[in-house]
Amino acid sequence: RGRTAIDADLIEELEEILITADLGMQTTQQLIDSLESSRTKGELASSEQVRQLLMEELTKILSFDSKPLDVTSASPFVIMVIGVNGVGKTTTIGKLANQFALQGKKVILGAGDTFRAAAAEQLQVWGERADVEVISHTEGADPSAVAFDAAKAAVARKADILLLDTAGRLHTKVNLMAELKKMRRVLDREIPGAPHEVLLVLDATTGQNALTQAKLFNEAVDLDGIVLTKLDGTAKGGIVVAIAAELQVPVRFVGIGEQLDDLRPFDAEMFVSVLFDR
Amino acid sequence: MFDTLSDKLDSVFKKLRGHGRLTEQHIKETMREIRLVLLEADVNFRVVKSFIAKVSERAASQEILKSLTPAQQVIKVVREELSRLMGEGEDNTLNLSVKPPVPIMLCGLQGAGKTTTCGKLALKLRREKRNPMLVPADVYRPAAIAQLKTLGRQLDVEVFDSQAGQDPVDICDQALRYAELNGFDTIILDTAGRLHVDTELMGELQRIVNKVQPQEILFVADAMTGQDAVTVAASFDEQLPLTGVILTKLDGDARGGAALSIREVTGKPIKLVGMGEKLDALEQFYPDRMAQRILGM
Ligand SMILES: Nc1nc2c(ncn2[C@@H]2O[C@H](COP(=O)(O)OP(=O)(O)OP(=O)(O)O)[C@@H](O)[C@H]2O)c(=O)[nH]1
Ligand SMILES: Nc1nc2c(ncn2[C@@H]2O[C@H](COP(=O)(O)OP(=O)(O)OP(=O)(O)O)[C@@H](O)[C@H]2O)c(=O)[nH]1
Ligand SMILES: [K+]
Ligand SMILES: [Mg+2]
Ligand SMILES: [Mg+2]
Repeated sequence: RGRTAIDADLIEELEEILITADLGMQTTQQLIDSLESSRTKGELASSEQVRQLLMEELTKILSFDSKPLDVTSASPFVIMVIGVNGVGKTTTIGKLANQFALQGKKVILGAGDTFRAAAAEQLQVWGERADVEVISHTEGADPSAVAFDAAKAAVARKADILLLDTAGRLHTKVNLMAELKKMRRVLDREIPGAPHEVLLVLDATTGQNALTQAKLFNEAVDLDGIVLTKLDGTAKGGIVVAIAAELQVPVRFVGIGEQLDDLRPFDAEMFVSVLFDR
Repeated sequence: MFDTLSDKLDSVFKKLRGHGRLTEQHIKETMREIRLVLLEADVNFRVVKSFIAKVSERAASQEILKSLTPAQQVIKVVREELSRLMGEGEDNTLNLSVKPPVPIMLCGLQGAGKTTTCGKLALKLRREKRNPMLVPADVYRPAAIAQLKTLGRQLDVEVFDSQAGQDPVDICDQALRYAELNGFDTIILDTAGRLHVDTELMGELQRIVNKVQPQEILFVADAMTGQDAVTVAASFDEQLPLTGVILTKLDGDARGGAALSIREVTGKPIKLVGMGEKLDALEQFYPDRMAQRILGM
């Protein structure tokens, strides 16, 4: 901002940017500490340089080596989508189904949320929009039975991809977490190696609790990737930086709206630059 | 958080005992710990700043200095101040004592829990001997109407027969007249989730408000919301005459600092809290319990 001196004001301004973007106290403090030490070593001459260094640091945290999402590595390639209530799981499945279908892949959806009112009907609408088949049971059925049937159907129809929806659940509910583990086992029994990708959906509006969500879902079912939704609002979703630093689970996609094509691959550099847009 | 606030403050004051005198440094350290706890609980950066300024003075008082348990005293002050800011002692009940049918409108971001909370409210009101009707005014989300109809079936509460092709303003208007003719004393309007920056959809809510004049306009917010809670809540409050807030998903382990942020920027009472997915999981809001939760007690 046209200022050259690196003073306490600039540090506080950066601290505010990081904290209000939901990076969390620990991550923010670590970043600020490393800035302070570069400053006392005299390595930082201008506020622009400070900002630049911070952005590089953040991009580095978000860009670690991880297993890429390669849906051709198995057939059918099974993706299980999990997360707490209302984050955007079902919508994300609709968007993913559409993307894969447009790539010419045969996609099947499994309506593994048999609990929430009209969850299967909601997935059915997305299935119609993406023009893919949906396997569902009646409300109240055992979600593992849906997983089983969906896996069977995916094999029988020689599908390339099976996307399995699950009911929203808080990571603190032990029985519901056990249910996820069971679904995972059922998939593996029907299609060895499945699920090939367990995607945790996080709402960008969520604060520090998202880190706990990631930790506990990871402990229960081993995450492969994250989808960060609702980035079309004003929330920045900075908690994924803390998650990357602590758990090394990559963000695969970001959700930027409620329509079929509102899903993008995650781009660390762009994500970081938006953190600083105010 | 590694230690409780109480442990942290104890260690700050242990140093104090050696000196016997409360210095500016002690107060600063104390306030730094409290600031940390609040930020970790997702209270907004600016809200924390003004809160700290407010409590600093009280926390540096003689009564605390002379106390044998200064850490506990400071926590008490902070907790009291937090509860007060969250509406301790205020009336936070739903205000429905007007000529029926009384419209209640729920609004908020996508996925906050509006539709589920509509169902919960219907159950609560029926238990209070009212005769509510549910009104699906979300014509955008796939199967939103079906979702509310399912809840109505589970509760045996009538759901107005909306169609996805209709204008939500017309739905609410027609539902109000239908309720009048058919003896329903309350109508609960379930609106689509929307972003505060979506001017078109925010305009739609304003038109509903103008048309049916809801007695209660409740902002439904997810207890897990982070720093952005202030922006969203302030914006909804600015664009709509909100009468209160419902905080959902408090059955998890989120510390819920958003409650303080939302309350601070809107000044509107938090009226109810969602404690689960089941339809009877709607409870009264207790400011002091929320204060304790935010402080990690
Ligand atoms: N603005 C915005 N809204 C989104 C996005 N993704 C999902 N939503 C909306 O968020 C709400 C919840 O989405 P769902 O897909 O039903 O979420 P869910 O995780 O399946 O919810 P449960 O199954 O109830 O746990 C819906 O209104 C979606 O339209 C996004 O990227 N941006
Ligand atoms: N654990 C828990 N889940 C809740 C609570 N309230 C709502 N939910 C869940 O949150 C998810 C979203 O709830 P909805 O009622 O569909 O939310 P909404 O605000 O109507 O969503 P949109 O219409 O898409 O904006 C569902 O899975 C609900 O079961 C609560 O208090 N606790
Ligand atoms: K949410
Ligand atoms: Mg869902
Ligand atoms: Mg809804």
